[in-house]
Amino acid sequence: MACYNEYGDDMYKILKNEPIGEKIYLLEVEAPLVVKNCLPGQFVIVMANEDSERIPLTIYDYNRETSILSMIYQVVGSSTLELTKKKESLFSVAGPLGKPSEVVTNIEEYKGKKIVMIGGGVGIAPVYPQAKYFKNHGLSVDIIYGAKNKDLLIILEELKSVCDHLVVVTDDGSNGKQGLVTDALKEYHDYDLCIVMGSTIMMKFVCNLTKELNIKTIASMNPIMVDGTGMCGACRLLVGNEVKFACVDGPEFDGHLVDFDAAIKRMNLYKEEEGRRYLKDLEGDTHSGGCGICGDK
Amino acid sequence: MDEKVIMRNLDPEVRSHTFEEVALGYNEEEALKEANRCLQCMNPRCVKGCPVNIEIPRFIKAIREHNLEEAYHVILESSSLPAICGRVCPQEKQCEKMCIKGFKGDAIAIGSLERYVADYALEHHLNVMEKKPSIGKKVAIIGSGPSGLTCAGELLKEGVDVTIYESLHKAGGVLTYGIPEFRLPKKIVEDEVENLKAMGANIILNAVVGKTIALEELENTFDDVYIATGAGLPKFLGIPNENANGVFSANEILTRINLMKSYEEDAKTPVKKGKKAIVVGGGNVAMDAARSLKRIGYDVSIVYRRTMEELPARKMEIEHAVEEGIIFDLLKNPKEILIDENYNVRGVKVALMELTDVDESGRRGVKEIPGQTEEIACDTIVVALGTMPNPIATENSDIITDEKGLIIAPEGVTNNPNVYAGGDAVTGAATVILAMEAGKKAASQILQQLKEA
Repeated sequence: MACYNEYGDDMYKILKNEPIGEKIYLLEVEAPLVVKNCLPGQFVIVMANEDSERIPLTIYDYNRETSILSMIYQVVGSSTLELTKKKESLFSVAGPLGKPSEVVTNIEEYKGKKIVMIGGGVGIAPVYPQAKYFKNHGLSVDIIYGAKNKDLLIILEELKSVCDHLVVVTDDGSNGKQGLVTDALKEYHDYDLCIVMGSTIMMKFVCNLTKELNIKTIASMNPIMVDGTGMCGACRLLVGNEVKFACVDGPEFDGHLVDFDAAIKRMNLYKEEEGRRYLKDLEGDTHSGGCGICGDK
Repeated sequence: MDEKVIMRNLDPEVRSHTFEEVALGYNEEEALKEANRCLQCMNPRCVKGCPVNIEIPRFIKAIREHNLEEAYHVILESSSLPAICGRVCPQEKQCEKMCIKGFKGDAIAIGSLERYVADYALEHHLNVMEKKPSIGKKVAIIGSGPSGLTCAGELLKEGVDVTIYESLHKAGGVLTYGIPEFRLPKKIVEDEVENLKAMGANIILNAVVGKTIALEELENTFDDVYIATGAGLPKFLGIPNENANGVFSANEILTRINLMKSYEEDAKTPVKKGKKAIVVGGGNVAMDAARSLKRIGYDVSIVYRRTMEELPARKMEIEHAVEEGIIFDLLKNPKEILIDENYNVRGVKVALMELTDVDESGRRGVKEIPGQTEEIACDTIVVALGTMPNPIATENSDIITDEKGLIIAPEGVTNNPNVYAGGDAVTGAATVILAMEAGKKAASQILQQLKEA
């Protein structure tokens, strides 16, 4: 059995960590224990270095033969910036965490159902392994993929290979149709199930729409986390007025029951601290203040 | 007067701004003076008061004789983690409570002496326990907290191959993520873990049993399994707005501060630095959270529904908290968290309480005074109302738990005869030493079973 210990001879070796879009990176790591048991819907927590933040990342792909785990992440702050600098190995990869997708667990029930998966931004990454799993198990699925512009579009060929129809929309119309994922969904709304992954605000709008259209919807939530095992409660959400922990009860929930407004407000909790550190990392000590978040008035 | 030698503490004003250890430990002179107070009873009561039955008079005698190596080995015969126990055991309720000298004056400061010996041993790299040749049996231990580490130590001493599975990126469980640096320096925990590794323990980090690897797989791969997953799930209040920004579990605050070192300058994991924090609860975890928040700059009040008399925390921790300027806001019970338009905490509404008669638990009961409430302004609320076992390891397994989620393991054995369980996962949140006692007991049962097999 592979052994990873803190002084390990056998760390989480990096095979690839390179940009595939604007500020978007593909990270491939050897992680046999994670790959052996992971299923679509689950996530991992990675640490670049011993003193790094624990970053929850969705799983983009996994290969049980090679033990390679693939993740796609966007540079949004200091910790993801730090991650881009790692070339040899990661300090830690913990997982798989959370519950597998309900559809994966009850795949027989969904045979013959019309499923649409909606991915926004890098939220498209975890759409891929789920769609692939569905395809391999005889389900058919359409994918709606929304991004700001063409420079942010990734893995298009891979997506095409696992779905019946891929609909791309961009905010500026630089690729695919100009519009939002909700516009596309309005156009092709004949579905039994919608699975949505992306920013909390995007998922909120999709869920509002599918509620109107009466399409059952699963949303994959991505709140702030620390341990990812139910220990701290940082990731708590209100789902149908009950407190749920995204890390152990989710990350996927009935999108029509999630209180998105509360979830969005909770995401802002560390904005100041994170913004300050990111600026410092980007600009070093040359930052002269006035940005409104660094604390220098 | 025959008074005990009191351990020196860091000045309260100084320490309320730093995470350095509060209790400074004895020097040689102090340790000898204290050791010389011991009556060396023929029939020592203190040993009976110790959950792991350390032969206390023998190790104290060795201190008197300036033989600290011998003193260390006497302690090690019974305890695997002396530097930790010397710091966090509630000795005043155990060995020291039983000490005959305590009836007419000060009991021997056994905990302080234990710490003195253990620190000396760590500092001078005295021989760790001897590793016996492998007997060809292997045991998996789930969780590297006090119970798991103790069990591992006892098994390694007898030549069993031990693999410990830890879900976090650092070993130690609650000793690492929970108990703060100023009470238990992490260097001590790391040293104890290193000792176990030197004896051959294999520690697999980032391994969440139940997710990364199934319990069933461990049951099939190892001769025996010991589940020591602790009580890691926080309880919340169940009152309105408790998901608001600024409401945290004590676990979260302590994990950010202890495990992720967010109090250090340039720490990569943030901790919210507000002005006024309310900590709800009266146990050791509440004290740890309150004192940690104080050190990162908060004004801190502990809101507790009974009075100082009923606080379940250790007396020493309460005293330290008071000295450091923590306010105790008593006979109050949170009813609602008050928020602003941005979902941030702005205060808490509490009901005023009064004590009633002694209830079946032996404590004074408490009830709300009808219609009497008050609002306390604060920007942060930390909930320290206890923790429950984390079900991840056992939820998809053959192991039976009760309705509270506690693993059912009378006599330390679960419904699967090859799977043992102990510590907080079985009892609910308790103390480090009780978890260690369970680890020790499980090890002796496992050894017996392995020998019979």
